[in-house]
Amino acid sequence: MGHHQPHEESGLAADVKKATGVVAEKCYQCGKCSAGCPVADEMDLPPSLVMRMLQTNQPENDEKILRSKTIWLCLTCEMCIARCPMSIDIPKVMDFLREKSRTEKKISSNANDIVAFHDSFLLSVEKTGKLYELGLIAAYKLKTFHLMQDVAIAPAMIQKGKLHFIPEMVKDRGNLSSIFSKTIKKK
Amino acid sequence: MTLGFYPGCSLTGSSREYAESVVALCEELGIELKQIPDWNCCGATAAHNMDKELSLSLPARILALAEKDGMTEIVVPCAACYSRLSTTQYELNQDETLKAKVASIIGMPYKGSVKILNVIQMLQKYAVDKLADKIKKPFDKEVACYYGCLLVRPHEVLQFDRVEDPQTMDVLMAQVGAKPIDWAFKTECCGAGFSVSQPDIVGKLSGKIVKDAVDRGAKAIIVACPMCHSNLDMRRPAIDSYLKTKVDIPVLYVTQVIGLALGINREKLGLPRHFVPVTFA
Repeated sequence: MGHHQPHEESGLAADVKKATGVVAEKCYQCGKCSAGCPVADEMDLPPSLVMRMLQTNQPENDEKILRSKTIWLCLTCEMCIARCPMSIDIPKVMDFLREKSRTEKKISSNANDIVAFHDSFLLSVEKTGKLYELGLIAAYKLKTFHLMQDVAIAPAMIQKGKLHFIPEMVKDRGNLSSIFSKTIKKK
Repeated sequence: MTLGFYPGCSLTGSSREYAESVVALCEELGIELKQIPDWNCCGATAAHNMDKELSLSLPARILALAEKDGMTEIVVPCAACYSRLSTTQYELNQDETLKAKVASIIGMPYKGSVKILNVIQMLQKYAVDKLADKIKKPFDKEVACYYGCLLVRPHEVLQFDRVEDPQTMDVLMAQVGAKPIDWAFKTECCGAGFSVSQPDIVGKLSGKIVKDAVDRGAKAIIVACPMCHSNLDMRRPAIDSYLKTKVDIPVLYVTQVIGLALGINREKLGLPRHFVPVTFA
């Protein structure tokens, strides 16, 4: 059977099932996830539509999902699974779809700022073992060119003692960098 | 009594008043907090958005260090850290192969036996019976207890409180003299990790939360999460701009409210560090 023929053992829905145990076919389109999702109105594909598209098992739908802004807009607030009558773990599916979208270089250009933030965050953790907030903001600004953002609140943050100028460091940084090279940097 | 303590990164920086109030309150209640030696960041939202194994390994290192130190219970005040640590422990306890793989990634033995407590659970377990006798100045105000997402969901993992109408914080607040209001946004998302990357979304989501609390007569919003606090307090200009009005309701950590009721001074509880002034204390 050709790669592009619908087949129950191939395609994105099968990948989702293998990686997360979530069976997209269980969704009967009640729409409670999309109704309760705090960012559904900002999404290109509401969560219930993602589930429906997975069910179709069409390569073009799989591609649209992996290239959507939706997967990066999901806040993992877990409201969808709390309300799902079939207990479908959509947040877990979103985590899987994001990782797949990233490793296959299919990240939506509409999600550049969100992904730049995650990259900047993880860079700080890789280098210091902790989140160094000033470093995170600096890295994010350089990645996105949003240079003036939050300049207005920085003095107040400093005055209130909320920004460190020297990062706190984990002592065993070799251990941290080894964790990164065995996981996210491997792919 | 001594408990293990995982402050997490926010509590050492932008939300240090949460750490200050947790430490001050525990001191008052006779609970000694011992930091997990050489703790690292839990990876927060970024890690699980980007790489599953990384998102499990960072919290697993923290839990393994706590085990190595002989800790059996750890207090995790940040709701995001609490969620990541709890999720990691849950997932690894469901899957022995994955557990072994993660132990090899972090290069440390990992059992998965440490009990993880959020601040409300810690207070329920170790302070509830002591509170009444220690109250010096009841917190006599209408409060909107805002739980957010990660403190209560997913229930399967956390097994903590109701997912949409939780009660534990309301009960604690009533015990120190406050009047918890009934409102609709107890567990709606504030925009969490989008504070920097999508500030307009945060203004909208947090604006709806603040508006409902004010409309229903709350005099303060009470939180137990540094991300909720930053978004509702520090992002108030974005909220005001979404609501097209200036809203001055302050946002306090649950530990600050209890601390005030117990007579701890406002500096020790970090109240001057808030952006929206707490004028009544």
